[in-house]
Amino acid sequence: MQTHDAKRVEITIEAVMQSRLTDALEKAGVTGYTVLPVLGGSGRSGAWSRAGQVSRGTGMVQVVCIIRAERLDDLLDAAFAVVKRHIGVVSITDCQVLRAERF
Amino acid sequence: MTDIFALAADNLLSPIVLSFALGLAASLARSDLSVPEAAAKALSIYLLFAIGFKGGVSVADHGVDLTLGTTLLAGVALSALLPIVAFALLRMLSGMDRLNAAAVAGHYGSISIVTFVAATSVLESRGLSAEGYMVAVAAAMEAPAILSALWLITRGEKSENGEGRMDAGLWREILLNGSIVLLVGSFFIGWATGPEGLEEISSFIVAPFKGVLCLFLLDMGLVAGRGMREGRKALNVGSIGFGLLMPVVGSLFGLGFALLLGLSTGGAALLMVLAASASYIAVPAAMRVALPEANPSIYLTLSLGVTFPFNLTIGIPLYLAIATAVTGG
Repeated sequence: MQTHDAKRVEITIEAVMQSRLTDALEKAGVTGYTVLPVLGGSGRSGAWSRAGQVSRGTGMVQVVCIIRAERLDDLLDAAFAVVKRHIGVVSITDCQVLRAERF
Repeated sequence: MTDIFALAADNLLSPIVLSFALGLAASLARSDLSVPEAAAKALSIYLLFAIGFKGGVSVADHGVDLTLGTTLLAGVALSALLPIVAFALLRMLSGMDRLNAAAVAGHYGSISIVTFVAATSVLESRGLSAEGYMVAVAAAMEAPAILSALWLITRGEKSENGEGRMDAGLWREILLNGSIVLLVGSFFIGWATGPEGLEEISSFIVAPFKGVLCLFLLDMGLVAGRGMREGRKALNVGSIGFGLLMPVVGSLFGLGFALLLGLSTGGAALLMVLAASASYIAVPAAMRVALPEANPSIYLTLSLGVTFPFNLTIGIPLYLAIATAVTGG
């Protein structure tokens, strides 16, 4: 099967910042992304969990984008402008996709 | 004084408070008891709709008087004023830094709708009525405190750091957050349809209300206990003292405004409860956007882990007893 190189960007960020981040990504020309709920975890700010959330102020989500390598910098610039002051993790990995025209 | 103790004892042994206590104890004991997130949201939607609807019906039933507008304005003024009082008190008692103190202060100007709902339930069980538009006052008190908190921050920092804290998106989120839309919307539905509308859906809106409130408070107990466990390291004795003292101070401001407005005993008690309560839904979300440098463990633990349980167990009967004594109701 023919596969194509692509970049997978995972941005784990506070739920309150989700719409700001996805708006910024769309402005940067990123039209494809997936938003996932995050159950819980632990990091520099301590442990946290999705259980019993009464406020969007304390939840986290993960935004996943798969794009062509030449568009990565634009995406990262847009994402970083939104998330730089906030709790969150941005990671980039190489991946393979089957249908290159979709990314 | 005997009445206050009797009222407090009755309140402590109510199913509502005992459900909260169960959740709190289970959480502190690290039980795996949990209310699924979606179920908790459904319960809160039910409670907000029911309380807003019943408030609207009450206004339709009793009519609108001149105090509606002035009470709304008083609510806005209280919400804007209380963070400044809270900020000064918190800095004095705990020595907390300006940023975190302002973030905490914003929570204490805004309101806890669950505390309000619990208080209306206590009033109903005592046969006391209150002005139906207090629901609208509750909605009006959600947002001004956020502005006061941000003002407290920006006046103490260089202008370039304060820029961009309030963007259009944040304004929209604050003013159109789901709780406010549901509360105000159901208030107007209740107002428009009146007692006939309530009659149509009373088996859904009235009868299950206290049972649903018990389940919701069970979840709130779990959340509060989790907050206490995880956030206790962030608090010192002074800040915990603030979390217990500020609601009483706020309630006295509420009482002062209620007396000026000439509210009924029930209305005065509810305005005291609103002024005494601290937000843990709308304001934390706004603070995470506008003041991400502030530590959420501090403000969430104080509002949810200290002030909320205090108001639910001791505060509500105390404010009701004071309102009764002062207004002669």
